[in-house]
Amino acid sequence: MNSLPWITILIVLPLLASAVLWLVPGLHRVARPYGLVVSLVTLGLAVAMATGFDTGTAGYQLTETHAWIPALGVSYAVGLNGLGLVMVLLAVGLVPVVLAADWHAADDPAEREDEDAAYVARRRATFVALVLALTSLMVAVFAARDLFLFYVVFEVMLLPVYFLIGMFGGPQRRAAAVKFLLYSLAGGLVMLAGVVVTYLHGPRGDQGFLLDSLAGAVTDPVTQRWLFAAFFIAFAVKAPMWPVHTWLPDATAQGTPGTSTLLVGVLDKVGTFGMLALCLPLFPDAARWAAPGIVVLAIVSLLYGALVAMGQQDLMRFVAFTSVSHFGFIVLGIFVGSQVAMTGAMFYMVAHGLSIAGLFLLAGYLERRGGSRRIDAYGGMQRLTPVLAGLFLVAGLASIALPGLSGFIGEYLVLLGSFQSSIPAAVVATLGVVLAALYFLLVYQRVFTGEPRASLREARDAGTLRDLTARERWTMVPVVVAMVVLGVLPGPVLDLLTPISQVLAMGGVQ
Amino acid sequence: MTTFVAPVIDWAALSAILVIAGTGIVGVLVAAFVPASSRRTVQVVLALVAPLAALAVVAWRWSVVVGGGESTLVAGQLAEDGPALAAQAIILIFAVVGFAVMASRLPNGEEAFAPQGAAAPGSAYEEAARRAGLEQTEVFPLALLSLAGMLVFPMANDLLVMFVALEVLSLPLYVLSAMARRRRVLSHEAALKYFLLGAFSSALFLFGVALLFGFSGSISLPDLGTAAATTVGMDGMAVVGFVLVLTGLLFKVGAVPFHAWVPDVYQGAPTPVTGFMAAATKTAAFAAILRLLYVAAPGFGWDVEPVLWAVAIASMLLGTVAAIVQTDIKRTLAYSSVAHAGFALVAIVSLSEQGPSALLFYLLAYGLATVGAFAVVTLVRERDADGNVTGEATHLSQWAGLGRRHPVLAATMTLFLLSFAGIPLTAGFVGKFVAFVAAADGGAWPLVVIAVIASAAAAFFYVRIIVLMYFSRPEESERPGADAVEPGALTRASLVLCALGTLVLGVWPTPVLDLLAQAAKFVV
Repeated sequence: MNSLPWITILIVLPLLASAVLWLVPGLHRVARPYGLVVSLVTLGLAVAMATGFDTGTAGYQLTETHAWIPALGVSYAVGLNGLGLVMVLLAVGLVPVVLAADWHAADDPAEREDEDAAYVARRRATFVALVLALTSLMVAVFAARDLFLFYVVFEVMLLPVYFLIGMFGGPQRRAAAVKFLLYSLAGGLVMLAGVVVTYLHGPRGDQGFLLDSLAGAVTDPVTQRWLFAAFFIAFAVKAPMWPVHTWLPDATAQGTPGTSTLLVGVLDKVGTFGMLALCLPLFPDAARWAAPGIVVLAIVSLLYGALVAMGQQDLMRFVAFTSVSHFGFIVLGIFVGSQVAMTGAMFYMVAHGLSIAGLFLLAGYLERRGGSRRIDAYGGMQRLTPVLAGLFLVAGLASIALPGLSGFIGEYLVLLGSFQSSIPAAVVATLGVVLAALYFLLVYQRVFTGEPRASLREARDAGTLRDLTARERWTMVPVVVAMVVLGVLPGPVLDLLTPISQVLAMGGVQ
Repeated sequence: MTTFVAPVIDWAALSAILVIAGTGIVGVLVAAFVPASSRRTVQVVLALVAPLAALAVVAWRWSVVVGGGESTLVAGQLAEDGPALAAQAIILIFAVVGFAVMASRLPNGEEAFAPQGAAAPGSAYEEAARRAGLEQTEVFPLALLSLAGMLVFPMANDLLVMFVALEVLSLPLYVLSAMARRRRVLSHEAALKYFLLGAFSSALFLFGVALLFGFSGSISLPDLGTAAATTVGMDGMAVVGFVLVLTGLLFKVGAVPFHAWVPDVYQGAPTPVTGFMAAATKTAAFAAILRLLYVAAPGFGWDVEPVLWAVAIASMLLGTVAAIVQTDIKRTLAYSSVAHAGFALVAIVSLSEQGPSALLFYLLAYGLATVGAFAVVTLVRERDADGNVTGEATHLSQWAGLGRRHPVLAATMTLFLLSFAGIPLTAGFVGKFVAFVAAADGGAWPLVVIAVIASAAAAFFYVRIIVLMYFSRPEESERPGADAVEPGALTRASLVLCALGTLVLGVWPTPVLDLLAQAAKFVV
């Protein structure tokens, strides 16, 4: 069974399905079920692939290597290690959820009257096609074993997101989409310079861009530092870390909830994934040299994100800033110099993907009901929409690391590791945990507890304000189940991740 | 007393040039003798068949020459080698797609060129010519003659031949620039500007040739290279002469500070001519620069490199910054072409070994996107009150919402813009990548960093056009909205070729890169 080119199948299937959907107008009418089926099949294939995965080694598995542009030393080389596998599973797992949650997101209420049915169908098809194309790119980026391939996917991935925000987002979507694209492109181009120079230091030849041939290629410490900086800037923009995070709140505030889920839940993880998969193995000495500075940046992100989140009035922006804080946590775990913390950071990447999906999608559902995403437009929603409120609480508690839910293990391990290697960093990070509890509970209190507003109560009595529909509930079921399972039984995932942090901690930061 | 020895001429090596020049002359005869009813058809067929035939000839010469058969011919005045043939092939590809756009008509039968070149804009005579359905079919032989000059350019191994080729390619372009059917005053102004500045730069080129002759006693490039290595004490003269010659060539590629004509000419010239000119002239002139630098210049490396650095940096930065503030699509593309001249120069500043093939690939990628983008511009039109198609809608705001009404056309334009911006999986990205690798390999990595920053800034105005097409509603423009007309069969074919080329070169560039890598050796 393992002779199948699993990864290539996972990359090609959604891409092909996306192209077919976009090009065949007959499919436009059934775009949404079509997308859901394709994404579920992809998920099924990914799970089938995962069953054959050998846990306990840090090396790449399911590898495929083919010459792509030998003249430039570029190969199509893919493969997954434990971290890549869990990220791929997270990505393809979230796609059906997002498609189901954003069932109506492509219908622009402002345009409905003057547009014909074909146009509406094409708009929906475009949305689904973009999400499917994004799926295939997400798989490719986590599976790339060739620096050039990674860079190509890293950049191309921006385009579907750009169109998803720009075509289907809120009123300020244009500015948000452009800001997102330019920030990421600028970061990516800095990395391109790094990619070129790294290649020139390597062995060159037909497979000069393979990560295996590039590891340890750059020996001059000064060059290594410059290259590390070039890569790190790109990943910091992506991740997003303070002070290059400003595109994130705008993008998430304007994008549809599903777009924001994929953007923050999966795509931004490419930033931290890149730090783990590229920065540490390629430039270990420079990483060690830069670690103290990065830890400081991470702690600033952590506290800054938490404090600014407290001051937000817009629910989406609130979730975005909590993510800045969480990404600070992840980066801290990667660079603080402890193997335990690094394992925790990787686990945190998955957990955060889940909790962010819950928060964004539920905030989106809330907005559809209340017609606003200002926190002070609500109050007492617990009584009006108890299921929504309950799920929001679960997602939020997972996000702030309540024991028994997915967020806990990651955060615990990061803190544990940090205390082993840097007490001050750990103390400040703990402060971040307290702040997290504070900002989430404050928001929960303002939105869901207390007396419901009169207008909302009337809407409920008139039957226009209902609790979650069946479709919406079903989208949350897999997310909540995954949160609980990861919280109670983190063992299998930790088994996948631990060997990687062992290898990286030996060759990378100590 | 010297005796004249007639040089032995290898006609086979000249056959591609002869095919094009010969067809051009036949075209002149056609314009004079073939009856008006079938004249245009004959011209179009000739103009499309000739580049294809020449392309076949180049392919044949390639199989003969590349890999050992390189030689100089006509007493060393021309060189037939890999870079020359590769450049010729690229120019001919641009000619095929460019001429196809030139030959297309709108659905209402309107073509891109004035009915009578001699008629004053807006005069009664012009109106009469329009009513009579006159067509100026001389544009096709003119374009072919210009193409003949472009084909000689990459082979020129001698400064005077280079000069003659420069003039042969330029003069027809001056005329073609003045031939726009609509906005003719703008077109006339463009032609005049192009001509005056072009003549000026030709004079500088000639002056440079004279100085170099004084320095080395020869006008042949290999002799110059030898003289540079052996002659002592006249460096000043040599460097000034060299920079002047380079100026003449950099003028043609539109690099800063010799770019002043670019925006006006690109805007005023008939759009199909702009597309062809932007792609093919740039390739021809860069091919000449290549030969000049790699054959004659190694001895001047230290003196010339700073000049190239300065020109490359200035082109990238000024082209990018100026493009950001434009409001006209043709001017935006013009400034972007200035920036691209800078990016292309990055490939060769350090005179590294991969330089020539990187540069040629870059030009191929850039040219396909350029011809394609200008072809799209010819299709986006304004309409008057009665719904008749009028002039091109070149104001950027008029492109708002194009993606909603014409998804395929907008997607094609987006592909070209992404290629310009250097987004992966398009030809433009591979082009930038090979150029950056060539530069960094030669030690010019600071230039690569600047190029990267400029690329990021340049992405802004390409993205802005995409935003307009997809994310804006047509009502948001204060000007009359634009509507795309159905492309004619030829334009459609050209767009398909350019789009396919842009995609294929981005995803699977290996065959082309391999071919170009074979072609990197200059004959001395």
